[in-house]
Amino acid sequence: MKKEKTMKLSLPEEELMTPGHLACQGCGATLAMRYFLKALGQNTVVCIPACCWAVIDGPFPYSSLGIPIFHCAFETAASSASGVRAGLDMVGDTETTVVGWAGDGGTFDIGLQALSGAAERNENIIYVCYDNEAYMNTGIQRSSATPYGAWTTTTPVKHFKTRPKKDINAIMAAHRIPYIATASVGYPEDLYKKAAKARALKGTRFLHIFAPCPAGWKSRPQDTVKLARIAVQTGIFPLYEIENGEKTTINIKLKEKKPVIEYLKLQGRFRHLTEQEIAHMQEEIDRNWERLLKGCS
Amino acid sequence: MKKVIMGNHSLSYGAMLGRAQVIAAYPITPQTQVVELLSEMCADRTLDAKFIKVESEHSAMAACLGASLAGARTFTATSAQGLALMHELLHWASGGRMPVVMGNINRAMAPGWSIWSDQNDSLSERDTGWLQFYCSSNQEVLDTVIQAFKVSETLLIPSMVVLDAFSLSHTYEVVDIPGQAAVDEFLPAFKPPFRLNPRDPRAFGGLTSPEHYFELRYKLQKDMEKAPSVIERTGREFERLFGRNLGLVDDYLCEDAELVFITSGTAGYTARVAVDQLRREGVKAGNLRIKVFRPFPFQKVREIAGKAGKLAVVDRNISYGHHGIFYQEVKSALCNEEPKPPLFGFIAGLGGRDITTESFKDIAAYTLSKPKPEEEIVWIGVKL
Repeated sequence: MKKEKTMKLSLPEEELMTPGHLACQGCGATLAMRYFLKALGQNTVVCIPACCWAVIDGPFPYSSLGIPIFHCAFETAASSASGVRAGLDMVGDTETTVVGWAGDGGTFDIGLQALSGAAERNENIIYVCYDNEAYMNTGIQRSSATPYGAWTTTTPVKHFKTRPKKDINAIMAAHRIPYIATASVGYPEDLYKKAAKARALKGTRFLHIFAPCPAGWKSRPQDTVKLARIAVQTGIFPLYEIENGEKTTINIKLKEKKPVIEYLKLQGRFRHLTEQEIAHMQEEIDRNWERLLKGCS
Repeated sequence: MKKVIMGNHSLSYGAMLGRAQVIAAYPITPQTQVVELLSEMCADRTLDAKFIKVESEHSAMAACLGASLAGARTFTATSAQGLALMHELLHWASGGRMPVVMGNINRAMAPGWSIWSDQNDSLSERDTGWLQFYCSSNQEVLDTVIQAFKVSETLLIPSMVVLDAFSLSHTYEVVDIPGQAAVDEFLPAFKPPFRLNPRDPRAFGGLTSPEHYFELRYKLQKDMEKAPSVIERTGREFERLFGRNLGLVDDYLCEDAELVFITSGTAGYTARVAVDQLRREGVKAGNLRIKVFRPFPFQKVREIAGKAGKLAVVDRNISYGHHGIFYQEVKSALCNEEPKPPLFGFIAGLGGRDITTESFKDIAAYTLSKPKPEEEIVWIGVKL
């Protein structure tokens, strides 16, 4: 009998996201959702506040997701998800996973209070921040997730952002929640594993997913995955987990970090930076990496 | 069972008897006793509900909306600044057709800081698409909460049950608390036509183009227009079981009145006493207390107020640059009616200044001594 050759897949084939969505070419946020839902499965409800995904999903009466969606107010991903969890529990549905799915603006900035409240209460929800490092949906304005040096429409090159990206994971760790993980759309297997791990746990779980944005970063759509990998390999966006706010594990260990310039040169948003400014950026990355290693010991 | 309870606890008992399933709330004076009692009820399982102790009123309403969309009956309570913080989500509740019931204790808006009563907090939310009920006794508060669940869930429009700070919230009165079995007979479990359900996945509230948005708002208004008859029908059902009827307005001796006060909240109760006193003095006074402010009971106001000799609208609120808000509403209700009684507008009691029977006598004296008002706004008790 002829043995059929099949490709071994590293992720489940089932898709809960259809191709008929409204994202830009090369959108990292769509990859984030697609991989995430492969781990979460059909028994999921997602609360999506104002962010790119409020549009990507598609206009009324259509939806590109095969799960129920509550399109909620900008600052309410965590509080809406808290309510959905309580409501589902009260109508007897304790099996469905409730997810808050927000961008960096909705997480680092306007939704931070509600997120902190939910985390402090240890609400039984998964909160995902897909991070494209600015208000991309409104046209590339800086958020507190925008990194040092970046151009945005509100940080023009003459006054580029001089403060570092907010360390949201340290803030979340201070809440002593069961699980925090960073992930990148350039490492789908790692992302899937963390989403699956989060799903199996109870309490507030926080996933921070790095999601490049060609429109806002002035990068080529075909470089999205490359950028999402280099960000990890340079140590700009390390992949790690924090359990119970204490135990930190680095998932992709770097023997040698790629120089930051490898990452910067693929994007227009850093084009104006001088050598000195790039050196400053490298120092900051090295310092953050050392801090992360110290946290692991 | 009759009990002596405060207005705030009337809200709590209403939510308990209505079997609220999810409560999310944040403390604010003078609302605190509402949620304190509810958290005790949840803790000792008198009430089988989840109580989410959120970090702000904004999150309180957001959580209520999530819970409502998941299919649970939800309740919250707030006041003044808290209500203002919720503002964005009040639109979300009505636009998303989520029948949350909320108690609001009328408290004046800061600055200066005030914890005392006036209606500018709730009336600032006039156009958010919520049903608004103004109460004048603790019994009415309890009865209204129970009926509000039914009306809201029938129409899929949220309800605000409003009571004055201190003169009702902290005032103890005898309240007949109905039995649970009878309330269960009156109020069936909440079964929304659509909810967040992975076996029937739907997107709620997504991007809505000009192609569809207009019709969704048309439908909300059409259902608002059905509300007066739904409220009256629900009131009759309630009356059959409990002997009391909510109704849209409370008219007292208006039939033959040369002067009708138009009032709301506890001032409406004081007005009744003033009417009795004025009648003893030979003045044919009446009182039309408006219980349901949204939807505005146009027909009732036209029927009752249209027949009066003169109308004196007493507002514990103001729309700066215009007038008292009930005055505007009554004026708009009567503008195409003939004959039109002369309409006098009074502003009284802002920031918790007492509105007394003497205030109503001053109002009556002014109204009866002039063919029409000499000032656009007549201020009662203002110290100049």
